[in-house]
Amino acid sequence: MSTQAFSHVTFKSQLKKYYSFYTGGFIAFVILLAIAEQLGMSRQWIGYWFLFATIGLYAGIGIMSRTAEVAEYYVAGRRVPAFFNGMATGADWMSAASFIGMAGTLFLSGYDGLAWVMGWTGGYCLVALFLAPYLRKFGQFTIPDFLAERYGGNIVRTIGIISAITCSFVYVVAQIYGVGLITSRFTGLEFGVGVFVGLSGILVCSMLGGMKAVTWTQVAQYIILIIAYMTPVVWLGIKHTGIPVPQFAYGYTLQKVGELEKKITADPKEQEVRKIFADRAAAGKAALAAPDKAYGEGKAKVEEALASAKSANAPADQIAAAEKAVAAYPKDVTAAKATWTRESGLAARAAPPRPHAEAFPGKDEAAQNTARLNFIGIVFCMMFGTAALPHILMRYYTTPSVQQARVSVFWSLFFIFLLYFTAPCLAVLAKYDMFTNLVGSQFSALPAWAAAWAKVDPGLLNITDINKDGIVQWAEVVIGGDLIVLATPEIAGLPYVVSGLVAAGGLAAALSTADGLLLTIANALSHDLYYKMIDPHASTTRRVTISKALLVVVAIVAAYVTSLKPGDILFLVGAAFSLAASAFFPPLVMGVFWKRANKWGAIIGMVVGLAICVYYMVTRYPFFGVNMPLWYGLSPVSAGMFGLPAGVLTIFVVSLLTAPPSKEVQELVEHVRYPNLAGDTVASEAT
Amino acid sequence: MQLTEKHNEYWRKNLVYTGILLLVWFIVTFVEAWFARELNGFTFLGFPLGFYMSAQGSLAIYVAIIGIYALLMRKLDLEYNVDEGDLE
Repeated sequence: MSTQAFSHVTFKSQLKKYYSFYTGGFIAFVILLAIAEQLGMSRQWIGYWFLFATIGLYAGIGIMSRTAEVAEYYVAGRRVPAFFNGMATGADWMSAASFIGMAGTLFLSGYDGLAWVMGWTGGYCLVALFLAPYLRKFGQFTIPDFLAERYGGNIVRTIGIISAITCSFVYVVAQIYGVGLITSRFTGLEFGVGVFVGLSGILVCSMLGGMKAVTWTQVAQYIILIIAYMTPVVWLGIKHTGIPVPQFAYGYTLQKVGELEKKITADPKEQEVRKIFADRAAAGKAALAAPDKAYGEGKAKVEEALASAKSANAPADQIAAAEKAVAAYPKDVTAAKATWTRESGLAARAAPPRPHAEAFPGKDEAAQNTARLNFIGIVFCMMFGTAALPHILMRYYTTPSVQQARVSVFWSLFFIFLLYFTAPCLAVLAKYDMFTNLVGSQFSALPAWAAAWAKVDPGLLNITDINKDGIVQWAEVVIGGDLIVLATPEIAGLPYVVSGLVAAGGLAAALSTADGLLLTIANALSHDLYYKMIDPHASTTRRVTISKALLVVVAIVAAYVTSLKPGDILFLVGAAFSLAASAFFPPLVMGVFWKRANKWGAIIGMVVGLAICVYYMVTRYPFFGVNMPLWYGLSPVSAGMFGLPAGVLTIFVVSLLTAPPSKEVQELVEHVRYPNLAGDTVASEAT
Repeated sequence: MQLTEKHNEYWRKNLVYTGILLLVWFIVTFVEAWFARELNGFTFLGFPLGFYMSAQGSLAIYVAIIGIYALLMRKLDLEYNVDEGDLE
């Protein structure tokens, strides 16, 4: 025991040395590029350097950690110290959506966006209190492993495999999409090529060394992503609050944002723009009510205008404009309807800005209460989903001991917290900057970053002079959420090298999550399906080889699905959480805390939980076209709020109605409850 | 194997710790969110309190909950002799 402890200590101190060198090296690399930029290196080359240097680095770690041993491949040899496992979990957890999308969501929806922040952090309390130490004591390789062992039989394992693959696959598609987006934006490569480059980085790493390589790469990726996220925020913080840790001081900025919102609401020029939108929306709505009549009248009107301009011998440019209006008029009623629908949608832009800090805004008490219920629904589903996502739970199999697993959850949330409590701050600082520097500026002299982004991507930033006064009103600005993080370096007035750094951080976030997810899927197939159910006598070499081959196949299938650009990714991610919460959370937790929970309770409970969750989504989410009325106004993303309680209740009732689990199973439950039990007869961890 | 009374006591204490920390978690999450509008009437460090809790306060308490649990359980493991030796 003591030599083992000694080797753990040396291992840890070596790790600390390596990663300190690595962090210093990375900072030196960024400084070198900054100098090169001053000497005239082009933006595209800075982008290439960041892309290829970081992917090369990840691949290098992958090659150094290559392995063919089962325990190394599946659980990194169970010797990842808590601190480093925390960093790896942080990178595993924070996806492209957290890194790029989170601050944008908060910018756009204010307080209501905080549901995601709370949900994606508070879930770790459930991981710590209900799952991590017990799963570590159990000490196998996958989550279906635990279900199968605790409840017995292949039915439970099969349901576990299906659920694990479904939620991980939905999630990995969103990550690969993010990889393609970032590489194509910052290097000018095509979307498809970007996906391919990123994917090759993922594969070299996870294929050669499995969990071992993924863990050490994720630690490296966490360091890059947190440096990349903090740098521009610190700068923007100094600009607006005067201190380098704006997280503690932006309350006063938030107050100023509130005052500016009131000013914008009352400003006559702003009101003028909003009135134009309201009128256009009303006209569009009226036309939709009587399309044929409106189409004829509208057509006659533009033609008449052209005729009168011609007969009155108006100047050439007026006639040209009238001719253009006739040519641009919709060809038929169907085309006109599309235009009118778009126009009536402008009603949203006729509203004054929402107060950023106001909780649950709504036109009346009932609408406000529905908003509150939906906030709580998202918090609930994201939290319980967090505590049931296999790629996160799997990480707690990799620590050296039960106590290290507990401490490791602490470090995990600590490292996640660093980014998540910065995102709301970034949103407020960016909003303040836009209210003061963008609003009220001349269209002929926009801030440099705004002019550049409006030109590059109108989907992210669109500024049109609606009331033709030459001055930017807030109502004339449309912002896509992803803009906030991507453009912050430029808003803060930092050199381009920091934009490259942010892109590298976003890439690290997307790649690290994709790594963990692909590994989870491949392991569910190779370990649970192939080794445990099809060929239990397979040699260890064969198991690892099959796992590696499956990883490539799954990656290619996921890349193919990504290339189809499936619709609403945020809904898909939310759905993955609801599904995981409904299927996994009840049997996992009751398996530890209630000895009486048995096989049939688990089987029927998982099926019922999943079924209710899927039923609510399919019958309520607009994509499926059923659109039944919502229960209590709760959005379909939060379907887990019905699925999870149904699952718990079913396991409870069915377990009591059927025979209690065998003595062996009850001993297994006792086994996982105690970190070290003298005289324990249950076999210890798998290697 | 047969668990001793001491073992059962360890598990009961674990359940108590878990229950108390879970209650704290529930209050700073769901009770806080339910009354966010009312909390926003108070100001803390320049923030409306409801906003502050959801953006930072509750998050920091989550980190603390997990840290406290790890410390308490380590003590409990040693006290009831179910710890894992000097494995770092």
